[in-house]
Amino acid sequence: MSGTMKSAYLHGLRNGIPICLGYLSVSVTFGLMCTENDLPFWIAVLISMTNLTSAGQFAGTALIISGGSLFEIGLTTFVINIRYLLMSLSLSQKIDPALPIPQRLVMSFGVTDEIFGVSMQHKGQIPFAYFLGLMTLPFWGWALGTLIGATAVSLLPDMVRSALGIAIYGMFLAVIIPPARTEHALAWVIVIAAGISCLFYYLPVLSQLSSGWVIIICAVAASSFAAWKWPVKDEEEA
Amino acid sequence: MAHTYNMTYVLIAVAVMAIVTYIPRFLPLTFMRRRIQNRFIRSFLYYVPYAVLAAMTLPSILYSTSSLISAVFGMIAAVILAYRNYGLTLVALGAVFVVFVTEQLMVIL
Repeated sequence: MSGTMKSAYLHGLRNGIPICLGYLSVSVTFGLMCTENDLPFWIAVLISMTNLTSAGQFAGTALIISGGSLFEIGLTTFVINIRYLLMSLSLSQKIDPALPIPQRLVMSFGVTDEIFGVSMQHKGQIPFAYFLGLMTLPFWGWALGTLIGATAVSLLPDMVRSALGIAIYGMFLAVIIPPARTEHALAWVIVIAAGISCLFYYLPVLSQLSSGWVIIICAVAASSFAAWKWPVKDEEEA
Repeated sequence: MAHTYNMTYVLIAVAVMAIVTYIPRFLPLTFMRRRIQNRFIRSFLYYVPYAVLAAMTLPSILYSTSSLISAVFGMIAAVILAYRNYGLTLVALGAVFVVFVTEQLMVIL
């Protein structure tokens, strides 16, 4: 490794510390959810190390727990992660056009909302070594947090375990509510999606449909409506 | 109620998740050099994660604990904490704490 590559890597590593801390706490919740539903701890860690994403792997895992079909699991996870197309596309404009494919494939694995967000703050072209450094600690934080969450839960009494069932939904609310306070289009997206989801849950015939499909229908309906009614400006993307 | 899994199914499902998560990450970064011009598609992609999380939260959050009442209190706590911009962890733990206290009180009362 040359001197400039090493310093770019270290720079990335440093910028990854806050992301890593955030990931540690969220992935503990993921590990808890897995063990709470009797999935072995190593499956939880395997999911985190191969998926490295929050909402997508939470939803996919929830479907595994409820015994959803592979097609449903694949489609749900894909629909949730379809936003990475946009981030991956933006990144492709900020890297050396001559960067070889193997390096691009490695970078691609690290495209998460947070890593992408931080990497795009880099002035000028993003060096491969910098991005590699940036994704290193968040990756290990995500895996380690999952392991901690998945192994600690069996030590907890039943009352605490019941209460922990709500943790993941609390986290989801913490993701969607703050930006919706200032951006009313987002508030509408949330209300519409949640409303449709409730209809599918409570209405007799609609409730036959499995949760994966309900999520897809809610997402497509609410997002297309909002995209038609409130198209985003460039700076709002990603 | 212990849940048992068919491990072959679980492992294949995990592989499917990993592959479909990787596809949107690597396709543009590896092969595309142009930018999406269609504003509708860009807007749609921007809204998707919020719609998905909202649909996943409601009404499931109401059945995520051992009683509807404790879940409702937990949800109210989470909404208030989230609205006040506490981080992900604090909101999640706040909801857990309220559910725990509510369930303890229900046992006592």
